[in-house]
Amino acid sequence: MTNLVGTDAPLGAATREAFGDELVALGKEHAEIVVIDGDVNNSTYTNKFMKEFPDRFFNCGIAESNMIGIASGLASCGKVAFVSSFSAFLINNAYEQLRMSVAYPRLNVKCVGTHAGISIGEDGPSQMALEDVAATRALAGFVVLVPADEKSTRSAIRAAYAHDGPVYVRTGRPKAPIVYADGVEVRIGKALQVRDGIDVTLIANGLMVAAAVGAADVLARENLRARVLDMVSTKPIDEDAIAKAARETGAIVVAEEHLHAGGLGSAVAETVAATAPVPIEFVDVGDRYGESGTPEELMLHYGLTASDVVRAAKRVLDRKQTLSI
Amino acid sequence: MAGVTTRPAIDLEVLRERALRIRREIIESTTAAGSGHPTTSLSGVEIAVALYFGGILRYDAKRPRWPDRDRFILSEGHGAPLLYAVLAEAGYFPTAELNTLRKFGSPLEGHPNMRKVPGVEASTGSLGEGLSIGIGHALAGRLDGKDYHVFVMTGDGEIEEGQVWEAAMAAVQFNLSNLTLIVNNNDFQQTASIEKVMNTKPIAAKFESFGWIAVDIDGHDLTAVHEALAVPRRSSEGRPQCVVAHTVKGKGVSFIEGPLGHHGKALTADEAKRALAELSR
Repeated sequence: MTNLVGTDAPLGAATREAFGDELVALGKEHAEIVVIDGDVNNSTYTNKFMKEFPDRFFNCGIAESNMIGIASGLASCGKVAFVSSFSAFLINNAYEQLRMSVAYPRLNVKCVGTHAGISIGEDGPSQMALEDVAATRALAGFVVLVPADEKSTRSAIRAAYAHDGPVYVRTGRPKAPIVYADGVEVRIGKALQVRDGIDVTLIANGLMVAAAVGAADVLARENLRARVLDMVSTKPIDEDAIAKAARETGAIVVAEEHLHAGGLGSAVAETVAATAPVPIEFVDVGDRYGESGTPEELMLHYGLTASDVVRAAKRVLDRKQTLSI
Repeated sequence: MAGVTTRPAIDLEVLRERALRIRREIIESTTAAGSGHPTTSLSGVEIAVALYFGGILRYDAKRPRWPDRDRFILSEGHGAPLLYAVLAEAGYFPTAELNTLRKFGSPLEGHPNMRKVPGVEASTGSLGEGLSIGIGHALAGRLDGKDYHVFVMTGDGEIEEGQVWEAAMAAVQFNLSNLTLIVNNNDFQQTASIEKVMNTKPIAAKFESFGWIAVDIDGHDLTAVHEALAVPRRSSEGRPQCVVAHTVKGKGVSFIEGPLGHHGKALTADEAKRALAELSR
């Protein structure tokens, strides 16, 4: 029985639920944490924080621009404001407020978007954030974290809290294949190396890390040793790890559950072009919107499974070989 | 005057003199800059003077981030020349700096930047965002058991932004009696009158229908402004208050008052000389 990225890795909690749990743990340790909700707390799991700390929880109704402004004011008064809604609404509806009320004054607002990507399934494209990473990368000074699974999400939420300044954390709706055991530590600006290898490097974030790991296992059976880098810190990106991978493996595949424009693929290409140019292949949603269906059907249809990463690896290895002739 | 003993005493002559000086500084700084919004700034002078120099706003210019301070958030950020003049007069920075307005390297940018100018509570200029930020300050004050009051000033065209009405709902939902919105109702926006472009009137009735306490006042009558802004601090109704201040764009300089198309334009050196002569009485 394979999971939604076409591997046999067991499923852990959804990354949105891991966020909700970690928020409660952090809330117990830090009284200055407040949570701002756009009336989706039972979908984002901030209802766990609401039950524990009702005085520090503000449901602002269906009004994301106002939510971000309120978070800005709270952060100006020394609070660490976690704002959460579906990524599609949080980022797109309040983009101007994120720019002017949060990014420009560099305030301690932590935006945690849920239901990102096509893997939300049946609700369809109106609810799917597919451009959120591009959008938040374009907010000067913002940190962008895209964790892969339950454990790394919990660590990412802690890193977001500890960072002084604005952060976006992207989480998803479905149960996520487990990549990490206990003890994984997300650090801002650092890639997590999941597998070492010398033939090709698979760089991924979010759900696609599990796909990349699955792909590396398939490639290993053909004696192709793939390095897997989890680019959970999509911004700032780990330029050293990318340049090193480019030099040592000579070929890169980037996989993300996001539009082609402006996401992790762009970020990696910018770094590779500036440091150690090598061929890159991209696995992403392309330049189109999603549709309704089960998460499994959609990931397959939009080409976001381990098999798709394997095919991209073969293509990039062909290009690498051509170059070396 | 009824109830005068419970209010901070105001010396009208001193406040009028202060208002004149601030008007001169607005003209001087925008003319030196060669751009900016003198007319919007002139329309809000009595409001800012009553707040900062009439004993309403609790602040300490030596400690701009003092946690117990009252907040004044200028949501209509293009009124920056007014805010800067008032902050300088209040002692946050030397008045000599006003002549660096909009110049490269100066903290006094075209619109206020909270990271550069002491006393500026929010970085504004993108219209419609200040009331939401004020709600955040008001919620934080209540959470921390502080009795500070939050004043936000918007323009009357600015409230065409939908975010203002999202915030108007939230302020009532959260029972924010520690929040006052001042609408600088000078009747004009960039290209024409409010009525002609996108009528926001009747403003007080709209806020009342959202659950606010709303009053209309003459925004150039220092006594009326002082009275209206001193009240909410004592209010225990659990509701935010909206003060619709009827003002005149360009107030105090006869040849730019009202609908004369001076939005967003500094006066020329000659015009400034005439304006300053009018303001030296």
